[in-house]
Amino acid sequence: MSEAPTAQTASSHAAEARIADAAHTGPMLAADGTPLKKSLNRALRVQKMRALALVAPLLIFVLVTFIAPIADMLFRSVENDIVSETLPRTTTMLAEWDAKSTDIPPEPVFEALYKDMFFAAEAKLHTRLGSRLNYELTGTSSLFRKSGRKVEDMGEVYQDQFEVQNDFWKTGENWNSFMASDAWLAAMADWKPADGRQPAFELRDGIASTLPATSAAYVQYADFIQNVDEKNLYKTDPWAVIYSSLHEDLTGENDLAAYSGPASAELSAAATAAATFETVNFTEAFAGIDKDWTTLEVWQTIKVYSPKFTSGYFLNAVDMQKSVDGAEMRPENQQIYGILFWRTMVMSMAITLSCILLGYPVAWILANLPTRQANLLMILVLLPFWTSLLVRTSAWKVMLQQQGVINDTLVWLGIVGTDDRLALINNQTGTIIAMTHILLPFMILPMYSVMQTIQPTYLRAAKSLGATNWTAFWRVYFPQSIPGIGAGSILVFILAIGYYITPAIVGGTSGTFISNRIAYHISQSLNWGLGAALGAILLAAVLLLYYAYDKIVGIDNVKLG
Amino acid sequence: MNLTKVLMTSTALTLAAGMSHGQEMADEMTIVSWGGAYSNSQIKAYSEPYAANTGVKIINDESSAEAVAKLRAMNEAGNVTWDVVDVTAADSFRLCDEGLAMEIDFDEQLAPGDDGSTPSDDFGDTLINDCFIPQIVFSTTFGYRTDLVGDTPPTEICDIFDTDAYPGKRSLEKRPIGNMEWALLCDGVAKDEIYDVLETAEGQEQALAKLDTIKDDVVWWSAGADTPQLLADGEVIMGSTYNGRLFSVIAEQDQPVEMLWDGQMFDLDGWIIPAGLSDERKARALDYVKFATDTKRLADQSKYIAYGPARASSAPLVDKHAELGIDMAPHMPTDPANSKNVFVFNYEFWADYRDDVDAKFQAWLVK
Repeated sequence: MSEAPTAQTASSHAAEARIADAAHTGPMLAADGTPLKKSLNRALRVQKMRALALVAPLLIFVLVTFIAPIADMLFRSVENDIVSETLPRTTTMLAEWDAKSTDIPPEPVFEALYKDMFFAAEAKLHTRLGSRLNYELTGTSSLFRKSGRKVEDMGEVYQDQFEVQNDFWKTGENWNSFMASDAWLAAMADWKPADGRQPAFELRDGIASTLPATSAAYVQYADFIQNVDEKNLYKTDPWAVIYSSLHEDLTGENDLAAYSGPASAELSAAATAAATFETVNFTEAFAGIDKDWTTLEVWQTIKVYSPKFTSGYFLNAVDMQKSVDGAEMRPENQQIYGILFWRTMVMSMAITLSCILLGYPVAWILANLPTRQANLLMILVLLPFWTSLLVRTSAWKVMLQQQGVINDTLVWLGIVGTDDRLALINNQTGTIIAMTHILLPFMILPMYSVMQTIQPTYLRAAKSLGATNWTAFWRVYFPQSIPGIGAGSILVFILAIGYYITPAIVGGTSGTFISNRIAYHISQSLNWGLGAALGAILLAAVLLLYYAYDKIVGIDNVKLG
Repeated sequence: MNLTKVLMTSTALTLAAGMSHGQEMADEMTIVSWGGAYSNSQIKAYSEPYAANTGVKIINDESSAEAVAKLRAMNEAGNVTWDVVDVTAADSFRLCDEGLAMEIDFDEQLAPGDDGSTPSDDFGDTLINDCFIPQIVFSTTFGYRTDLVGDTPPTEICDIFDTDAYPGKRSLEKRPIGNMEWALLCDGVAKDEIYDVLETAEGQEQALAKLDTIKDDVVWWSAGADTPQLLADGEVIMGSTYNGRLFSVIAEQDQPVEMLWDGQMFDLDGWIIPAGLSDERKARALDYVKFATDTKRLADQSKYIAYGPARASSAPLVDKHAELGIDMAPHMPTDPANSKNVFVFNYEFWADYRDDVDAKFQAWLVK
């Protein structure tokens, strides 16, 4: 309220300035000497701010509860970081492998896979990745589940041999003594569980260059023990994967001779011993779990889906698939979404059209009856609107089925024989009938409110000028009612393409919509990425049609009253 | 506190012994199940006695059909509001793989059998993954209208493919699971080779080709209540659904419907506890599940619904229906007379192949 006088003052200033302008030349000035334009802008800005403040609650509400979740859901249609996050080493190594080659990746990739799988299995993330990749390659789900269970024992040979070589390698305390920084060791010595979080693990300077693989594995291990398991890292004995990494470091190229930190004596003794250790062939070990690991398909799938973002979901949504050769069509017996998108569009248009045909006369009668009767009829239009969607749909089931009310009546009247009752449900007919009924109020209401504004005098004038009833209607009344048809059609069409409960109940197999598949992917297969891609395409189609409508009919022509 | 209450509380504590003893537990819990007669049987057999023993306030939610999606959404939002969830075995695989369900140490956290067997022995083969606590064995099987199938009622599963002997519509579930197995079986594939055949693209084609022979005569259902309704209305002459649903059509509603037990598909239903609960809620959920899956409680449930208990030690305790007074054993899918020819739903196979086969199945349906 406090700003209201300002606006008034400004407008009275503007009036004075206009009078003043009659006498002077140069820029128009307000009474206080500021240029009129500036003064007016200031006043308008205050008004705009006030308007914005008034809509702010709704705007923020819509942004937070509507736009943001939709954007988040749509983002899933391209998001794919699960592969590279769960298998970081493997995906990096795979970058050098030619997916089109006929050989499976070399041993180092399998070794990387062992490490990644080991950590993933400890964190129970391997099965999640398995179900993700199972959407692309059937069988990956159980492959990962199975491998996760067995990967723990795979590298144990190294742990056993190191521990036989020297008792030093057995305990976590010894490992920490050379892997961790002195500062962390000191902090850890003082730490008690009552203090809360453990001091975060710090790697000793220089150890990473001497033992790169071991350090990387140890850091990951330490992070997991401290933050996920919440165990005392100081007292925890390392996992098998640390030993296999140590073996890798000690037998590979390293400058162990240059290292002079703690445990350098143990390390160089271990390095000598490690040269003669029994080794594990990880390729064979994985093949032993499941021969699928030696098939090209598994590796091609992992490689193709390595990037953080993927077009795979969108390709799936248009009956294509991502392969090593790029995008290609799916086999014909798996193509389904194209048919469903097309069917959704065509049937929604059919529903919109039948709503226009049925709704127009009703709206016309409503608009031309005296108010009392019109209101009564209006309740009849609105009554089904207030009834639950499920109840209405189920009622149609009773009406339309072969032993249902309509067929029984037709048989009783002798119009159809008992043996050739009409199939009115579990097909497209059922969907169109039930959805036309459900969406009819959305068509009638905007038509009615537009028709109410059409002056009856125009029709009378047309007739008095010699027009027939039809000409008067077609040339005078109908053009004026088009904005109502437009508004109703947009409402009905957009609602129709998103429907899924009604098609699911009465649509059978030929009357289901794309939304039924989206619902399946959201609630059954949990393939939210594909669901999001299908949803994004549907949204884009709606926007495109809306744009086309605007170009052809003009959105200004749409009126709700 | 009066004496009865003290006695009841101490009984509850004895039942709830083990790790949860003496631990802080939440005094309110949300149990999610399927609704309808099934939820009622659980409330009568488990929840009411449990609430009486412990004074816990139990909130019943009927969202099991969307449990997987909702649990994932809750998990992502970091706010899991459910404590115990009833899911099918197939869903439990997905939840366990996605890390949405807690892993259970069966021998530690469940009650031993009345006969002294350990939980893992007593549940036996029904323990199918690390998260799933089995509760009932149910089957998807066929029912037929006695008045619409002529003088020789169907006796074997392949009669559903015989449109000459049994003309008329039949209802099948609108998903590949079950239908593909039956199709292959009736196309001459040996029962123990079905899943090997179904793994191959040719095998899937073969199953769809067999289903194609009756495609025009099929009404596809997606909710368990559809087939009983369709049978009652005479819309179909035979159809598949869960055996408990058919039991209520036959025994409770007295419709002219009979069971066709041949080739029934055994499946499991049970509890999972969502991952990420607070310690108190987890303790409460484990306590409830331990109580609800002991020998007595599982047998009690069969008084209200025709599903077989998942524990071997519960089977001898299966008694009469609580309201109808009829003997329940002959209505159990596990009854020897009914289970001469059964399929055991291959969970691992379908966990892998569900999406792929479903895509093909749906593509076949829309053509």
